[in-house]
Amino acid sequence: MMSYLIKRVLMLVPVFLAVSVVIFAILHFIPGDPIDNLLKVGSSPQARAEMETRYGLDRPLPVQYAIWLGRVVTGDLGTAIVARRPVADLIAAALPHSLALGGLALLFSSVLGVVLGVVAALNRDGWADRAIMGGVLLGSTMPSFWLGLILMLVFSVGLGWFPVSGARGWSSLVLPVLTIGLGGTALVARITRVSMIEAAGRDFVLLLHAKGLSPLRIQLGTVLRHALIPVVTILALRIGWILGGAVTVEVVFARPGLGTLLIKSLSQHDYPVVQACLLMLAMAVMLGTLLGDILQAVMDPRVRASLS
Amino acid sequence: MNFPVMKAFRHPIPALSALWLVLVILAAILADLSPYDYDIQALSEAYRSPSAAHWLGTDEFGRDLLTRLIHGARTSLSVSVTAIAISVACGMALGAAAAWFGGWFDRAVTVTVDLTWSFPEILIALILVAIIGPGTTGTMVAIAVAYLAQFTRLTRAQILTLKGETFIEAARSLGAGNTHILTRHLLPNALAPVLVSAMLATGDAIILEATLGFFGLGAQPPVPSWGGMMSAGSALIFKAPWIIIFPGLMVAVTVVAINLAGDALVASLDIKAKLRGPI
Repeated sequence: MMSYLIKRVLMLVPVFLAVSVVIFAILHFIPGDPIDNLLKVGSSPQARAEMETRYGLDRPLPVQYAIWLGRVVTGDLGTAIVARRPVADLIAAALPHSLALGGLALLFSSVLGVVLGVVAALNRDGWADRAIMGGVLLGSTMPSFWLGLILMLVFSVGLGWFPVSGARGWSSLVLPVLTIGLGGTALVARITRVSMIEAAGRDFVLLLHAKGLSPLRIQLGTVLRHALIPVVTILALRIGWILGGAVTVEVVFARPGLGTLLIKSLSQHDYPVVQACLLMLAMAVMLGTLLGDILQAVMDPRVRASLS
Repeated sequence: MNFPVMKAFRHPIPALSALWLVLVILAAILADLSPYDYDIQALSEAYRSPSAAHWLGTDEFGRDLLTRLIHGARTSLSVSVTAIAISVACGMALGAAAAWFGGWFDRAVTVTVDLTWSFPEILIALILVAIIGPGTTGTMVAIAVAYLAQFTRLTRAQILTLKGETFIEAARSLGAGNTHILTRHLLPNALAPVLVSAMLATGDAIILEATLGFFGLGAQPPVPSWGGMMSAGSALIFKAPWIIIFPGLMVAVTVVAINLAGDALVASLDIKAKLRGPI
């Protein structure tokens, strides 16, 4: 197990380097210059050149990349060009909000998704199965920003239960978590249902039936445990997705977070902030994949055996 | 081939889904027949709630919402479908080449695809639109690239499985060349699952297009798109909620219809195992 863990973590290094090159390179293709946002209209070319030297934008790209990477590794994410504050501070202010929102949404969609998937699988092809699967399909096809606005219209404006926007207190989290969570529920429910049905057809389940165990006990005690392996893998993969997918919902509810920061800095061409946001989201995706692989190895001895 | 496809639409739910899709496409084609124009402003008619004259009400400039919705269908559907078509064509070429040639090329493609695949499509699309610039072309390219990994991966897996089949060996022993085997045997056999997955991806692409439109990055005004209409409606949600409710419903119902019709096709063509693969 330990050697597998070390191998898997070491595999992240080349991936991280590749991602960092892509993120760094892509940003320099974006048209528009952050310096334009800083200079007063009609400034002299000299003032412009001075500004470019100050932020290192006059050096060749590979040099800029090497400097940037060296700083990133030591935790220095640079200074935001437009906001004029250390990027690390901006990220540190945004990250807790994103993590709270993403974590709760993940929890919500996994609990609801697994429960719905199990109920649907137990009533396979019955009315409950059809109603649940139809419902989660509808939930996953509504654009998340739209669902958020409609929930806001009904529960904040119509019923007055929750604040319309912002991030003050727990009640402001309810609607954003519901919005993101409902979209993710469909995937979890679908996979739980399919793998429950698949696991129920295996020989060892037949043996348990032959031994005379009660069907419900077999389903919840044995089948569900087997069915959860792919579900947990998918959930770990969703960690990055939930943080990234929260972009629209954060904007709709005017919540501080990585998404809002990314959209704002993208429109201001504030390279260092965009780079840092993308890097954070990329790292979340990579850590999610890592966690998924490790959990799979912990739960499934076959995976461990094939890798060691 | 024809028989199982028709069989899929015998049941009421897939049939209704297909009917809805046909209606939306017809409306998009015949959008100009509406008695109203999508871009002529009539400020005295602004903010009318749904009525006999304006079935879905009017927007902040007094434009008929239903007319804008079906003109929006034209934009949103054509952008999504074209984007997915580009994505499928490029993905199939890349995936087939990777599976066929193997070696370093295959490894490079696989690593790149795995990397982009693990990123949320909305992030990839947002960055690309920022590079290309807002508008229908930018949206189209962004969506095409965002889904490229999916089709490359699927085609590559398909070709790799098919490569070992007996009929390929038979064709080879009969003296068939590389090009012949690839274009006449491998690609046609890989086509059905790729096309069904393309259909399902079109649903996701419609949502992605709407999201980009919501951020003001899609089709530029006065050309209506579902996302753009929701973007305008979001500011007026408390004053005239129907402006945002109907485009959103349109997106949801259309994407549900695509999914249900697609699922029926998957079931009838018996390609579920090929399409979803081991989870």
